Amino acid sequence: MSAAVVSPWRMFLGEFGESRVAVVAVSLLALIILLAVAAPLITPQDPYDLARLVLTDARRPPGYVGSNGFTHWLGTDAQGRDLYSAILYGLRISLQVGLIAGVIAFTLGASLGTLAGFVGGRLETLIMRIIDLQLSFPAILLALVLAALLGQGKWQLIAALVTAQYAYFARTAHGAATAERSKDYVEAALSTPLSPARVAFRHVLPNCLPPLIVVATVQVANSIALEATLSFLGLGLPVSEPSLGMLISNGFQYMLSGRYWISIYPGIALIVLIVVINLVGDQIRDQLNPRLKR
Amino acid sequence: MLSFVIQRLMQAAVVMLVISAMVFIGVYAVGNPIDVMIGPDATQEIRLATIHAYGLDQPLWQQYFTFLQRLAHGDFGRSFVYNTSVLQLVISRLPATLEITIAAVLGAALLGVPLGMYAGYAPHSRIAKTIMGVSVLGFSVPTFWIGLLLIFTFAVNLGVLPAGGRGDTATVMGVEWSFLTFNGLTHMLLPVVNLALFKLALMIRLARAGTREVMLTDMVRFARAAGESEWTILRRHVLRLIAIPLVTVFGLEFGSTLAFAVVTETIFSWPGVGKLVIDSISSLDRPVMVAYLMLVSLLFITINFTVDIAYVALDPRLRARKTT
Repeated sequence: MSAAVVSPWRMFLGEFGESRVAVVAVSLLALIILLAVAAPLITPQDPYDLARLVLTDARRPPGYVGSNGFTHWLGTDAQGRDLYSAILYGLRISLQVGLIAGVIAFTLGASLGTLAGFVGGRLETLIMRIIDLQLSFPAILLALVLAALLGQGKWQLIAALVTAQYAYFARTAHGAATAERSKDYVEAALSTPLSPARVAFRHVLPNCLPPLIVVATVQVANSIALEATLSFLGLGLPVSEPSLGMLISNGFQYMLSGRYWISIYPGIALIVLIVVINLVGDQIRDQLNPRLKR
Repeated sequence: MLSFVIQRLMQAAVVMLVISAMVFIGVYAVGNPIDVMIGPDATQEIRLATIHAYGLDQPLWQQYFTFLQRLAHGDFGRSFVYNTSVLQLVISRLPATLEITIAAVLGAALLGVPLGMYAGYAPHSRIAKTIMGVSVLGFSVPTFWIGLLLIFTFAVNLGVLPAGGRGDTATVMGVEWSFLTFNGLTHMLLPVVNLALFKLALMIRLARAGTREVMLTDMVRFARAAGESEWTILRRHVLRLIAIPLVTVFGLEFGSTLAFAVVTETIFSWPGVGKLVIDSISSLDRPVMVAYLMLVSLLFITINFTVDIAYVALDPRLRARKTT
């Protein structure tokens, strides 16, 4: 590096820009988020305002001009909802659930993992045993069981997703914290009057962040996929808040009679979202992985 | 070694006990099971009699104790919906799940290992890149969505394969199997492909990573110097070396494939255990839910226990560390 001081943030962004795939993925992701946030402004119809749905417009193919006067570019579903509008509203819900679950799982898992790695002893054994045990069960099974036990609802679903996923964060944070614990700067910080909790969360945790961020991107994509799967199985969100998974599920029965668009278009939206997040995550992983550094 | 086995066995027993308590509280104590069993217009006497008959007036710990006692006798109760013994119900559905699970795991291994080895042998070839691209899709696209696409393509558009059900079955030793009839096989194809894709992606990645590592070792160089053909090197040496981690993952994945079968069975209306449990969740058939959860937990704990013991038996370094 010839420049006098280059902030790590700058360097990270510069390196990120070198990968064309990653830049395209990030732009697409930004576009998707923008579309989801601006959904009420850019959709011709509020898909959940029952008064404005026209049943005679139900299950029309893409390009059909509805009785409201606008064209349904992606067709309509069984209730006569404009699919383009429904997809954007569904994206909102899927993103919301995925992000909230991801953030809570991150906070819970990172705290538990750092605590276990930092304190050590009995507490570490106990926490990590529980987490190892949980990791030996597939996340989908755990989420399925919890969603079934807790019942339907957004927060119940988020609780199920968090329980299924926090263990991955805890595992990662624990590994990183154990490695950091033995370093000199931690010894130095502990010899000052700073409280151990402060050292753990203000000094050790930030140094454990890079691997956690990598896990976080993958897990947000996973929780969106998991939410869609649960909603598809009828264990996810209530009908009043249809996510992409539920739109796909609603269209499934019509697929057999050739009305593909009700399931296919929400499905494409879901896949693009997940693949894009995974691509961004891959790039971040490659950049933060010290073993691949030249 | 023996003390380690005993220690692990006791741990497994404790875990099983904790899970049974969680399942019990989750399924029986949350919500009111009595509302599911009798109609809302039942008289007060019937209500009290039912509560008494199921022991719901007992304190919670006593109900749990009775529940454990019955479990120990292999009695999971009767299904509210089918009115048959739950254990029999689950066991009668098991062959359907087993046949697609085994076919999927075997198929993923038999196809994934050669593909992955090729991708690791010639990592820069176009074919290798295509293989890896497909494996990325297998990882990130949700199973249920692939299932929908399969149905849409092969059952609806092309009309060449059935969209669901088991088709004709042949009975061998009192158990019905689909894979023994041609019609059954055509019904099996799509669910098996659906279930296998994720495992296939995993096998490809593992085999590729292993092959890339082994190809760089001196052993391969010496084998080449000795005049062995590339094919012999791959088959004789590389495959043997990467086989150990692959076999481990293969075993572990078998359990998680059973879990994923829930999704696949629902899409293809495959009458296996997974479909049974989803149906029981939507019809609030609690005894079936409990039996499924307990059996699956038992399965996973057994798999983990076996893997732990196998590792320690195979790796002396672990043995030294674990016993201290």
